[in-house]
Amino acid sequence: MSDRGAVAIFARRHRYHPLEAAPWLISVAAYFAFPSYLPLGAQILATILFALSADLLLGYAGVVTLGQAAFFGAGAYTTGLLAAHGWGEPITGLLAGAAVAALIGLLSGLVILRTTGLTLLMLTLVVASMLYEAVNKASWLTGGDDGLQGMKVWPIFGWFRFDLFGETAYCYCLIVLFLCWLAARRIVHSPFGRSLTGIRENIRRMHAIGAPVDGRLLVVYTISAALAGTSGALIAQTTGFVGLTFLGLDRSGTVLIMLIIGGVGRLYGAFIGVPLYMIAQDRFSTIAPVYWYFWIGLLMVLVVIFARGGILGLFDRFRR
Amino acid sequence: MSTPALETRGLHKSFGALTVANAVEFRLERGARHALIGPNGAGKTTFVNLVTGALQPSAGKINLDGADITHLPQAARVKRGLVRTFQISTLFRRLSVLENVTLAVCEREGLGGELLRPAGRHRVVIEEAFALLDRLGLADEALRPVNTLAYGRQRLVEIAIALGLSPKVLLLDEPAAGVPTGESGMIIDVIESLPPDLALLIIEHDMDLVFRLAWQITVLVQGSVLVEGPPEVIAADARVRRVYLGERVRA
Repeated sequence: MSDRGAVAIFARRHRYHPLEAAPWLISVAAYFAFPSYLPLGAQILATILFALSADLLLGYAGVVTLGQAAFFGAGAYTTGLLAAHGWGEPITGLLAGAAVAALIGLLSGLVILRTTGLTLLMLTLVVASMLYEAVNKASWLTGGDDGLQGMKVWPIFGWFRFDLFGETAYCYCLIVLFLCWLAARRIVHSPFGRSLTGIRENIRRMHAIGAPVDGRLLVVYTISAALAGTSGALIAQTTGFVGLTFLGLDRSGTVLIMLIIGGVGRLYGAFIGVPLYMIAQDRFSTIAPVYWYFWIGLLMVLVVIFARGGILGLFDRFRR
Repeated sequence: MSTPALETRGLHKSFGALTVANAVEFRLERGARHALIGPNGAGKTTFVNLVTGALQPSAGKINLDGADITHLPQAARVKRGLVRTFQISTLFRRLSVLENVTLAVCEREGLGGELLRPAGRHRVVIEEAFALLDRLGLADEALRPVNTLAYGRQRLVEIAIALGLSPKVLLLDEPAAGVPTGESGMIIDVIESLPPDLALLIIEHDMDLVFRLAWQITVLVQGSVLVEGPPEVIAADARVRRVYLGERVRA
């Protein structure tokens, strides 16, 4: 390797690779190829954003969390409450959802990010459980167990109505996901993003090179919360419903499973794991309505045994 | 006497009844090549942890270039040029060698919090990191994940990260620990080629390395300074020989 070569390769890493266009081309093609599956497609796109938010934390900063549903639910309930009480404008509703989720991320992060490892994991769980119970208790506002009733989401820009076939929903989710992905991509390639991988790889050394580790973690925690909140708000708006399951532990766990199947810490794991999981779930649940979870479990076992880095990790291995 | 680069006054640390640093008075002159030696458990690494701020002392004062840094957080001490390496390699294991050093240079330049510009645009930072690797003979391995390097090479990266921070005071915690004797030569070469105005403290077990590099040696035993002096004085000191060789000198 010539001297210049290494520096040049290193300095070019943030440039776009042609393959990065693939998820977007496939998403657009899917819109035309599977018109009857657009509602599912919209859910998949919004969930990819949720998994992307988890990847920033788990894959880049190395923060293991079981509380991501707190932010997802916070975004969904914020947007939902606005829409149920006379403000159904989707874009501002989405931004409000992201903002409230970010605020909860910031405030809880201030407390829980002082800890590490298992303690931190438990505390993320605690934050999510507390929010779950608070929303459950406040049934006069949130509808509690029955879910939030009476959301009315207005057409986008006063023009694009959320139709029964999911055409608007699909396009809306695709555009929001694309914009959030651009932002996430920019972040992971920035010096800040690189320093997160430093924290993941060796937090002691990050301290020793003078990095303000706690501040960096708080920033990424807040960003991740905002993205998760956006995802929850998208699903609330496109399905017209918010319920307690939005805040459940199940959702925090499932998103990690989807991410691990796809590949953690690569920005694209979400784009593979989420569709695979959700399409498999959709198929299995029609073929075997009672025990479809068994097949999901089997898939997970295979990934853990044969593809440690997820499906993207397999590609890496073949390339070498 | 001029202001020392680093100084501790009555530095004290105890965990309950166990005293690991006992009233340590220590001076590191500018441009010094100073070694800190002592048997296992003497408190050498604890001393480094106290000075760098990983541990808070129970009592005493630490001055860096005349300024009191006793209560500064770790990161602030690094910003003032107080840098350490680790006895057990503490690297960004799955990141490339070049990334390991670039992270350090980025933090020194205060760029680590920047969110919106790609890291690759900071060409000057990357060039500097690469030049440093080149100087240490690591250029060919720049893009390899650091955990795929031979251990001796990893020890060099350990030093390279520290140098990327442009230290004024450098604390090397057993730089040759775990390196086969045949390979410790390249580490000695690197240490010998460090800038002369850098104040260097080497914590080391390897006596060959210590006597080759150091002008001044401090011997630490059970958290206290036993004796300090130039190598020839230390080599001749009966108490040091007793500690190291277990000799019993009868009066």
